[in-house]
Amino acid sequence: MTIPIEYYLILSGFMFLTGVVGVLTRRNAIVVFMSIELMLNSADLTFVAFSSYLGNSIGQVFVFFVMTVAAAEAAVGLAIIIAVFRNKKTVNIDEINILKW
Amino acid sequence: MIEQYIPVFIVIIVAVIFAVATVVMSKLMGPQRPNSEKESTYESGLKPIGTTNERVSIKYYLVAMLFIVFDLEVIFVYPWAVQFKKLYSQIGISIFFSMLVFLVVLELGFLYVYKKGGFKWD
Amino acid sequence: MNLYNIIFYLFAAITLVSAFFVVTTRNVIYSAFNLLLTFFGVAGIYVLLGADFLAVVQIIVYVGGILILLLFGVMLTNKIVNVQIRTGATQILPATIAVGAFSGILISLLVNTEWKKVGTALPGASTTANLGMLMMNEYILIFELLGILLLVALIGAATIARK
Repeated sequence: MTIPIEYYLILSGFMFLTGVVGVLTRRNAIVVFMSIELMLNSADLTFVAFSSYLGNSIGQVFVFFVMTVAAAEAAVGLAIIIAVFRNKKTVNIDEINILKW
Repeated sequence: MIEQYIPVFIVIIVAVIFAVATVVMSKLMGPQRPNSEKESTYESGLKPIGTTNERVSIKYYLVAMLFIVFDLEVIFVYPWAVQFKKLYSQIGISIFFSMLVFLVVLELGFLYVYKKGGFKWD
Repeated sequence: MNLYNIIFYLFAAITLVSAFFVVTTRNVIYSAFNLLLTFFGVAGIYVLLGADFLAVVQIIVYVGGILILLLFGVMLTNKIVNVQIRTGATQILPATIAVGAFSGILISLLVNTEWKKVGTALPGASTTANLGMLMMNEYILIFELLGILLLVALIGAATIARK
């Protein structure tokens, strides 16, 4: 273990910030989704880094749970995007501005 | 520890070299006499219609979504199966039923989609 | 500069560069394929951290499942004839302010915290057995609840996506 844990945390922090930039600036709902996956992945990376440096596997168990939630979220979220697209013919989030039509 | 992964790296490197070399070599060594018939999209002898960038059907999405759920089921079953003997000696038969409950819950969703006709292809 | 450092910097560079392209490239398909590279980079870092089973799971679930789902989402929602697959960006200024403030918080946390360094060596044996023990003993309730979560997600997504 020659690499200090801060390096992993910096990497994960940069990944998270990239995800935040994507969520805040992109117009396409699917790219926003991909940015959310980036943020979840950076959280996973932090869990695994701490699990490895503290010497127990509990962090890795939590990564399983995060992955499951991410998969469920992707399935339902994309279904919602597809349902919205069917009605509005767009996935740009600044054009989807009413709840009911 | 990291030395255990050297075979994996070798496989990745060989795969990349093979893929790149195949494309590059066929470009370099093959004869190239293009004409309009050869350049057109291959469509089993028919005239190609429309664009290749078509939207796909929603049916594929349903299949992909079902796949992801059962993909997750597999990754949960795997560590359980690896440790089953040890868990059985510690906890007893209830370790079998706790996995069975998980599987039955997921199969309920499968049955629901099946009953709703999610697998009808047309 | 030993082997660990070289591999770490390699995978970190792959992860960060492709993550950067995910949010900046204007073509949604290119975003999706850059996301694939990001997932591979993270899987490499997991290997480096001794989480071998998680690295495989990362590739199976994220690349094999979630990314395919995202690509289907792209293909289902883009390209009615003449609609560009490219998309733009909005709200650059508020995003810059928010991200600047957030990164300030993160950096100050990182600098000011005394990280606990047990410095254990990488676990030599496979982590799979350990994961199985923990998941079936202490976290059994969460495990069963995740089954219900997946059931709800399956039913909900099937209901919403079908007409």
